[in-house]
Amino acid sequence: MENLLLQVFNGLVNGAFFALLSLGLAVIFGMLRVVNFMHGALYMLGAFATYLLGTSAGVSFWWALVLAPLAVAAVGIVLERLFLRRLYDVDPLYNLLLTFGLTLVLQDTMRLRFGIQGVPYSAPSLLKGAIVWGNLLFPTYRLFVLGFSVLICLLTWWVIEWTRVGMIVRAATENPGLTRALGIDVDRWVPPVFAFGVALAALAGVLAAPMRNVSPLMGADLIVTTFAIVVIGGLGSILGSVVTGFLVGVIVALGAVYYPPVSNTLVFVLMAIILLLRPAGLFGSLE
Amino acid sequence: MKRWGVLVGAAVLTIALVAPAPSQGQVRLTSGKIVIAVLNDQSGVYKDLSGPTSVEAVRMAVADFEQQFGKFPGPVEIISADHQNKPDLANVKAREFYERYGANIILDVPTSSAALAVAEAAKELKRLYINITAATTQLTNDNCNKYTFHYAYDTYMLANGTATEVTKKIGKNWYIVYPNYAFGQDMERSFRAAIERSGGKVLLSDGTPFPNDDFSTYLIKARTLRPTMHVLGVMQAGGDLVNFVKQYNEFGLRSKGVNLAIGLLFLSDVHALGVQAFEGTLYTTPWEWVLDKQSREWADRFLARTKVRPTFAHAGNYSATWQYLSAVRRAGTDQPDAVVAALEGFRFSDFFARNAEIRRQDHRVIHDAYLARVKAPSEVKEPWDYVEILSTIPAGEAFQPLSASKCKQ
Repeated sequence: MENLLLQVFNGLVNGAFFALLSLGLAVIFGMLRVVNFMHGALYMLGAFATYLLGTSAGVSFWWALVLAPLAVAAVGIVLERLFLRRLYDVDPLYNLLLTFGLTLVLQDTMRLRFGIQGVPYSAPSLLKGAIVWGNLLFPTYRLFVLGFSVLICLLTWWVIEWTRVGMIVRAATENPGLTRALGIDVDRWVPPVFAFGVALAALAGVLAAPMRNVSPLMGADLIVTTFAIVVIGGLGSILGSVVTGFLVGVIVALGAVYYPPVSNTLVFVLMAIILLLRPAGLFGSLE
Repeated sequence: MKRWGVLVGAAVLTIALVAPAPSQGQVRLTSGKIVIAVLNDQSGVYKDLSGPTSVEAVRMAVADFEQQFGKFPGPVEIISADHQNKPDLANVKAREFYERYGANIILDVPTSSAALAVAEAAKELKRLYINITAATTQLTNDNCNKYTFHYAYDTYMLANGTATEVTKKIGKNWYIVYPNYAFGQDMERSFRAAIERSGGKVLLSDGTPFPNDDFSTYLIKARTLRPTMHVLGVMQAGGDLVNFVKQYNEFGLRSKGVNLAIGLLFLSDVHALGVQAFEGTLYTTPWEWVLDKQSREWADRFLARTKVRPTFAHAGNYSATWQYLSAVRRAGTDQPDAVVAALEGFRFSDFFARNAEIRRQDHRVIHDAYLARVKAPSEVKEPWDYVEILSTIPAGEAFQPLSASKCKQ
């Protein structure tokens, strides 16, 4: 029983990464109608930015939590202005291919510079160790990851639901033409929204650096599952992506307890079932 | 008449003794040059532990050999390719090397499935192949052939060394976590056999997806396993291994008395993650650069050339190149069957392989192996100084005994 509780906790921690990543994807897809394939690569850049800030400028993990996402978001804006925006008017498939190509470029650039094996990074001393509670053990760093990502998800939800900016984003997501007709410059909001989605991916990367291998391919392994989560949650649904992110984290963890070989496949089984029963996803609605 | 015969015999003998033996003089090259091909992972997970730096090691070996024994009558060319760890690609590249580029020998070839594919090509085209970086024992068992040699290590050696020593000295109860593909399954079987042979017990073993970035599930299982386990045996490699060790530290298993034994560990893994993460880890290795003065000298030269300290794969590629060239000299030709004959049964000792013998029956190159421990950060005295050699496993015990070999050539 205690074991099971721990496994659920762990599933939620892994789910936190999925939630941050799929939330960023959902925000970008909603506003830009772009399936951002390079999301995993941006997550990887976030982790490398943390490492680079630490080794070359002595920036602590805490500052990296702010600075790394900003740095990667800046890269995101440059890519959006230079490449992505040229393809908004054609079939969305073109941007999918473009971002796929950019993924390869980003991965191989890091591979050339840092090799494939990865670079070392460890958690700040404040978050090392574990909190023991009876027979239960929660690594401090994992508790922090869970708390911090829940906070970020709530914050995002609040901004989108309750602020003027959020209202514009929602309106533009729902019906860009009508929003424009009401005198709102939708295009002006595209770069900041894209940058925000990118920053979320980079933030997940920062959080991953102390507990996972920081290597050029770390995002490639994650992105496929993240796409499945977005599909299960409902394309473009903010709430759907977050809830499904945590849910899938728990499912994968519990799968590994009982029968490890299938744990990674479970996500796709779930996706197939959801697509059959609710084609628009758990929280999506058919347009 | 009889006296004549004796005289002629004596004359022939004298000439034979005075005249230089063919192996000491001119080597005949069938196509006017020697082509050595290195086939390995130049871009993926095994790039750092072997990859392009192994090609450099081969270059270094050829230069050193020619400096010591003089030039061959033709050039020695070194070519290389990336097999991306895919067996189909390895097979195509190997055939291309042998047939189009006239390669005399293929070296290295990490990833067991790719290694076996190249063995097939070597057998069919009757050309030499010395494998260094792949782990599968099949190369010298079910899939052995006349032209294939296995040089540095294999899963039997790793399991036999680590499992036996650790079970005897540290603890009897094991929990094994392995990646669920050919290499991982092979390692799991070999470890289980060696643990049980030495009186230990495998409480549980889990095959994990590959690649995998989170191992917390298995680490929690490890904490709550009853009866209490002593050793966590990890068969993961590359990036997955790094993930595992990072998370092992996070869950504080070391302080709970759970020891970490790693199936296959390269110096480059420790370098990537930092020595404190691997502190105290036990593993078996065919060579480490800190082994002794001779190894250090070679590693210094390697460092000057490549800016990194060598893994055992780099040293193994150098040593194998040297042994191949020396066999060509002994045979007096690069003709494959003659070189195979010169290699078979040959005994030698170099900076990499001590008390080595190239076994005639299965082409397993046996040599001393070592049980090693990763140092604590406080013990590290210079860059790349990560490893302490605990004990030597003599060549005769380190590898699968001939009696158990399934090789039928």
